[in-house]
Amino acid sequence: MTEQLIETTNLTKVYGTGSVAVQALRNVNLQVKRGEFVAIMGPSGSGKSTLMNILGCLDRPTSGTYVLDGEDVSHLSRNELARVRNRKIGFVFQSYNLLPRLTAVKNVMLPLLYNSHNHLSDKECYERAVAALEAVGLGDRLHHRPNELSGGQQQRVAIARALINNPSIILADEPTGNLDTQASEEIVALLHQLHDQGATIVMVTHEPGFADHAERVIHLLDGQIAAEKLNGTRKRRGKI
Amino acid sequence: MSLWRTFKTAWEGLTLNKGRSFLTTLGVIIGVGAVIVMMAVSAGAEAEIADQINALGANLIMVMPSFSRAGFGPGMSASARRMPGLSYDDLIAIANNVTGINGVSAEQTTMQNVKAGDTVLEDISILGTTSGFPDVREYKVAVGRFLTGTDNDQARKVAVLGSDIAQELFGNPNAAIGQTIKIGSVQFTVVGVMAPKGVVGNTDYDNRVYIPITVVFKKFVNERFGGDRVRTIYVSAESKDVMNSVMSQVTNVLVKQHGVDPASPDFTLTTQDSVIAARASTTATFRNLLAWVAGVSLVVGGIGIMNIMLVSVTERTREIGLRQALGARPRDVQLQFLLEAVMLSLIGGLVGVLAGVGGSYVFNAVGTMRTALVPASIPLAFVAAAAVGIFFGYYPATKAAQLDPIEALRHE
Ligand SMILES: Nc1ncnc2c1ncn2[C@@H]1O[C@H](COP(=O)(O)OP(=O)(O)O)[C@@H](O)[C@H]1O
Ligand SMILES: [Mg+2]
Repeated sequence: MTEQLIETTNLTKVYGTGSVAVQALRNVNLQVKRGEFVAIMGPSGSGKSTLMNILGCLDRPTSGTYVLDGEDVSHLSRNELARVRNRKIGFVFQSYNLLPRLTAVKNVMLPLLYNSHNHLSDKECYERAVAALEAVGLGDRLHHRPNELSGGQQQRVAIARALINNPSIILADEPTGNLDTQASEEIVALLHQLHDQGATIVMVTHEPGFADHAERVIHLLDGQIAAEKLNGTRKRRGKI
Repeated sequence: MSLWRTFKTAWEGLTLNKGRSFLTTLGVIIGVGAVIVMMAVSAGAEAEIADQINALGANLIMVMPSFSRAGFGPGMSASARRMPGLSYDDLIAIANNVTGINGVSAEQTTMQNVKAGDTVLEDISILGTTSGFPDVREYKVAVGRFLTGTDNDQARKVAVLGSDIAQELFGNPNAAIGQTIKIGSVQFTVVGVMAPKGVVGNTDYDNRVYIPITVVFKKFVNERFGGDRVRTIYVSAESKDVMNSVMSQVTNVLVKQHGVDPASPDFTLTTQDSVIAARASTTATFRNLLAWVAGVSLVVGGIGIMNIMLVSVTERTREIGLRQALGARPRDVQLQFLLEAVMLSLIGGLVGVLAGVGGSYVFNAVGTMRTALVPASIPLAFVAAAAVGIFFGYYPATKAAQLDPIEALRHE
């Protein structure tokens, strides 16, 4: 097992072709160690979501390579990417993305149902989902539907869902973007707690206060890594 | 995802829009219902044909005059200038000269009032026939005897009653024997009562009175309509094997009787096969119509299902994107939506089967068409419904599976 969980080389993403082509990522070289907590900052349109989607295997780079957990995933088929997303990645979205008709516990169970290798019975899936919801402090909201939960609670359900398959990494793209200050702080505190328990986390945020708590902050500008701040000290990188 | 879990997921998706889902299945309901009724109608027709064979007796040959031949010119022999058609004498000649037959009979009908004491039955079908009738028609005497050759030779005024007639006139069959009844203005003595046979084909056997055909000729048939002419002579062969032999013997006998050229006889022989074929063709017309209805409805229903599934895929694009983000493979998504389409059409199939079974019973009860439910048509209907679901659900399901997770999540 290598120390680097994530290693990208010259990761490039171009949307569109010809005169309308947009270079969303340009030669991004990023490493994330196991157990690290990395924050990604940058102005709107700088390519943060594009990077997160590629790291989350939801999208594929135009060029460059992406090695996740020792496996080059840049050119996997759609089926293989689905497997990687299911087993190795816990994605937390800004807009929660819970299925409105399902209760909290059923939403959390979903990734287990698409994991055909764990051979868990329905009862075991349910018990695991209950445990995950208890871990995020929602043991008393198991059978509530999303519209019966506050924004902060919905995001906790989403985090429980991201944790359920014991992923290698949690990727959170502006997880507090839709939340008020107090709920935001609670969510960030929850992520820190998970980090303390050993989780590897990459989080996009606009709040410098939240980023300061990360071990490393990466600044994106125009699809490039413009600056990296490590352990409280800013480390400038020259533009490529 | 396992098949069972995908099945449950699909079911949840289906119940999102119950009313809309049900409306979509209407075409499948009609199509499947039509399949069931169609097969019931076919089976009913077959049963009716089988009944007709029973009614007429097996291995029956019908001899009918053919008037189309020119046969009355001045150059014709004396025997050829006789009255056209078939006569009672022809029947006797066949009975005496043809081997391998169970019986020969002829029929001539007249409608008359029947009176016994104070009881009058109006417009009763009076069948003039011969002694061979019960053998030819596989019809049994309950009490007394049937008409004999002597009854016909001497034109005796004797009558055999159908069981319902005996019941209405005399209360019970035994009481009828020896009684006098009046048919029209002629007095008859009752010599027998037939066993009940019921309605077969269009004939109500029990509501008729049987008398010698020679008496009908003398008393009830207007001379202008041909005197002793009979419309049809029925010949019952002993078995299927001797049919051809009997037919050629009958032809020879009648050619000799009529003195006609064997190459252009003035009569035709018909077997039941041709009668049955004619009947089968009328039911085939109705059945083909239903097959069209079934086919068109299933296709229209399938297009409806495809349409609603496409709408559903669009409405649930975000859900599809999320499922993919959580690890659903393209084929998990495909199977989920395919199963939704199949379940939708199977529900339509279930309702259609109920409607078809109900419809078959109604057809039968109303009496417009005889139907017999075919058990195999029910699984067949479900297979048809499932096939429609798979065929028309495939495109929307594949479309769902091909969605890009990022674009799907960004939808709305
Ligand atoms: N699907 C897309 N098609 C075309 N351009 C896109 C698409 N997604 C993102 N972009 C462009 O790529 C750039 C980076 O976008 P994004 O990664 O969403 O930025 P951020 O998350 O940092 O706000 C932007 O200029 C955006 O307009
Ligand atoms: Mg973004």
